[in-house]
Amino acid sequence: MLAGLKDSAVSLTADAAPTAAPSRRQFLKASAAAGAGLVIGVTLLPGGGKIARAAAPAAAAPVDPNAFVRIAPDNTVTVAIKHIEFGQGTYTGLSTLVAEELDADWSQMRAEHAPADATLYNNLHWGPVQGTGGSSSIANSYMQMRQAGAGARAMLVMAAAEAWGVSPEEITVAKGVVSHAGSGQSATFGELAERAAAMEPPGEVTLKDPADFTLIGKHAPRLDSRAKSRGEAIYTMDKTLPGMLTAVIARPPIFGATLKSFDDTAARAVPGVTDVVAVPRGVAVVANGFWAASQGRDALTIEWDESTGETRGSAEIMAEYKRLADQPGTVARNDGAVEEAFASAARVLEAEYEFPFLSHAPMEPLDCLVDLKADSCDVWTGSQIPTVDHGAAVAISGLKPEQVRVHTLLAGGSFGRRATANADMVSEGVSVAKAIGGRAPVKVVWTREDDIQGGSYRPMYFHRLRAGLDENGNIVAWHHRIVGQSIVRDTPFAAALIQNGIDKTSVEGANTLPYAIPNLAVDLHTTDVKVPVLWWRAVGSTHTAYSTEAFIDEIAEAVGRDPVEYRLEMLAEHPRHAAVLKLAAEKAGWGEPAPAGRARGIAVHESFNSYVAEVAEVTVGDDGEIKVDKVVCAVDCGVAVNPDQIKAQMEGGIGYGLSAILREAVTLDGGRVEQSNFHDYTPLRINDMPEIEVHIVPSAEAPTGVGEPGTPPIGPAVANAVYSATGQRIRQLPMSLHGLTGA
Amino acid sequence: MVRLLINGEERQLDVAPETPLLWVIRDELGLTGTKFGCGIAMCGACTVHMDGFPIRSCSTAVADAEGSEITTIEAVNGKAAQAVQAAWEKLDVVQCGYCQSGQVMSAIALLSENQKPTDEDIDAAMSGNVCRCATYVRIRAAIHEAAEMMET
Repeated sequence: MLAGLKDSAVSLTADAAPTAAPSRRQFLKASAAAGAGLVIGVTLLPGGGKIARAAAPAAAAPVDPNAFVRIAPDNTVTVAIKHIEFGQGTYTGLSTLVAEELDADWSQMRAEHAPADATLYNNLHWGPVQGTGGSSSIANSYMQMRQAGAGARAMLVMAAAEAWGVSPEEITVAKGVVSHAGSGQSATFGELAERAAAMEPPGEVTLKDPADFTLIGKHAPRLDSRAKSRGEAIYTMDKTLPGMLTAVIARPPIFGATLKSFDDTAARAVPGVTDVVAVPRGVAVVANGFWAASQGRDALTIEWDESTGETRGSAEIMAEYKRLADQPGTVARNDGAVEEAFASAARVLEAEYEFPFLSHAPMEPLDCLVDLKADSCDVWTGSQIPTVDHGAAVAISGLKPEQVRVHTLLAGGSFGRRATANADMVSEGVSVAKAIGGRAPVKVVWTREDDIQGGSYRPMYFHRLRAGLDENGNIVAWHHRIVGQSIVRDTPFAAALIQNGIDKTSVEGANTLPYAIPNLAVDLHTTDVKVPVLWWRAVGSTHTAYSTEAFIDEIAEAVGRDPVEYRLEMLAEHPRHAAVLKLAAEKAGWGEPAPAGRARGIAVHESFNSYVAEVAEVTVGDDGEIKVDKVVCAVDCGVAVNPDQIKAQMEGGIGYGLSAILREAVTLDGGRVEQSNFHDYTPLRINDMPEIEVHIVPSAEAPTGVGEPGTPPIGPAVANAVYSATGQRIRQLPMSLHGLTGA
Repeated sequence: MVRLLINGEERQLDVAPETPLLWVIRDELGLTGTKFGCGIAMCGACTVHMDGFPIRSCSTAVADAEGSEITTIEAVNGKAAQAVQAAWEKLDVVQCGYCQSGQVMSAIALLSENQKPTDEDIDAAMSGNVCRCATYVRIRAAIHEAAEMMET
């Protein structure tokens, strides 16, 4: 999600944040709520609103731990988590960073979502915008959360020194206990909380030497495991308010169509239905509970104006993309003299790849609860970009920004779906609340059909790749043409992410190809299709990793070279790619025979500054059934803050990517989406899941994200293994189109 | 009027008999541990026990639950339940967690019937429960772990 924001919008902060000197200028302000114990906070970047091209670098920003750490008299330490927890582990990861510098005991740590505040809780890689994406949560928070923990620790130490009449330098802190050896005094954080709140915050803090870490790099269990294993975690779907109503919305049958007229007589006759109202996205049926609302919607008669809608099918769209690919596109990268190199190449190989629309299909269908009153608007949702969601709620409600509060709740997955530039969930929620005059709190719920058919897909793409080889089989020329929709065009993210006509999210992974090829060009056709599209776990790399890594495998095979050695020869300048590739190959037994009946394939790809290589072992049955038996994964994400959660994200990222390449596709026929639910948009199930082995490269580099980077390599690794097993190159996804099916 | 025996309590409910059990559990009874995922019995997020057997409450009419004992994640207990939930925590199975109530209910039902499930048994019992976070590696491991816990 939000791929490349870090590169373009705020490159300085991206690089500066993890390595910022701990002693930099800080403006600490203690603000203690009476009786609530210590609250430590810092003001970060000023302002709000749109993403700035040149946001102030994090290193120069004053850090305010008061905003992040709350120590209560009951000895709990609660961390305000500025990034939504939707499975990737921010509750645990960000709390680990605080606890490490605070010297807290892990058992006393708690986490809760921070409120929407683009000034206090912004993503340091994005400027004055609060949001989660681009696998940036740990990367942008690494220094900030440690500083927050260190600041809180310093105030506890000062409080103890004052209480005991000793020098702060003689005080030690370990596992949540503050001690003074000389006097034999000790106290818990909770016992010191109120006194610490009155302390002058330190102007500077000193962070630990990584050699002294006791939590970072070790095992810290997830803070949300217990609640989520017992049905106690509260998602938006579960949040209720007294008198709350539930709404479902009938949306247009094709993208871009508009409401002409509707007859709600039958809908209003459904017991429990209270309101039927037109809203910008369609017709909302409001009722006492989901089932009545759903029944009411089924009873609506609606006439749509489809004259402005997208009426093409997937086949027509792809045919147009192929025609476009015959024309030069906008140049995204151009090294050397590509056409001259092709002209003198001994051999030229070409391959074309087709990628379908993909739905994110998070397990929790989209939803948003709104309580709108004359002078206030409270919004509860799994808000991935609270700044955008808050702005939408302000605009639609007509209230002042300070009258609108966005409360982020746990989300049942997202994979990019909740990071919308148009705040679709919140916009609908506030629109419906407004349409019923704020008479009662109302929750808009999407059904699974609404989700699968509702757009915001990973775009369709067409790729054409050509490689020119010399007599020795070395690649001397490379041309990669990409055709597809822009994710960020016409959104507030365009200014940051579109440069010289190139949407970075369309070409990332292709224009950053790491292989040493002297003449290399990438160009792009951005297409006009009225299907809403969005970032989908790993964004551009979901297709560029597939086409580049499958094509490299094809070239290596054509010139009779081992695909690992062939890649390594071209990765001399990219040691982190090379290291994960070597590690995965070694751990998978590359070069030795695969177990009987199995074939192997390998791929390596960098996304969001994390490097991942995967070796897939597959069995293809006579009936075309693909069984991915095992995946060996090597990942380099810098400092491994929580190794077990890095493994979990690799496992999940592999499963998510495998699901897509085996059989996921949203297809259109006459503009209408042909799939509707999990019977025909078929997710990976436990019997499809391979055994997965994850190896983490030890590193002292700044930590980078793991939510997305595990996904891109699995497609080409499996494709290359399928070729090895069957001699068939899969260049059109999903694989089920070729008579190959998941187990 | 529908009479439901749920989590050991008898409840009289003024709902249409064809209302899906899921929405009675969630909207009428306020028990939110049981989740809505697809509405067509294809994802298992809504799994509850009917007389100890896992069923998809989104596709079960509340009238068809009359006369049976319904148990939701809020009230599930016993040796298998304890083992499954302990194993889930020990291995940090969850990610987003939204499907996990259903996963846990299916796993408890499996281990209540079969205390030493093979991988094939697990596939058969758990393939109706979708996890988009793909926590399947750990679900499998946690079921084996829970089976071991139940032996001791």
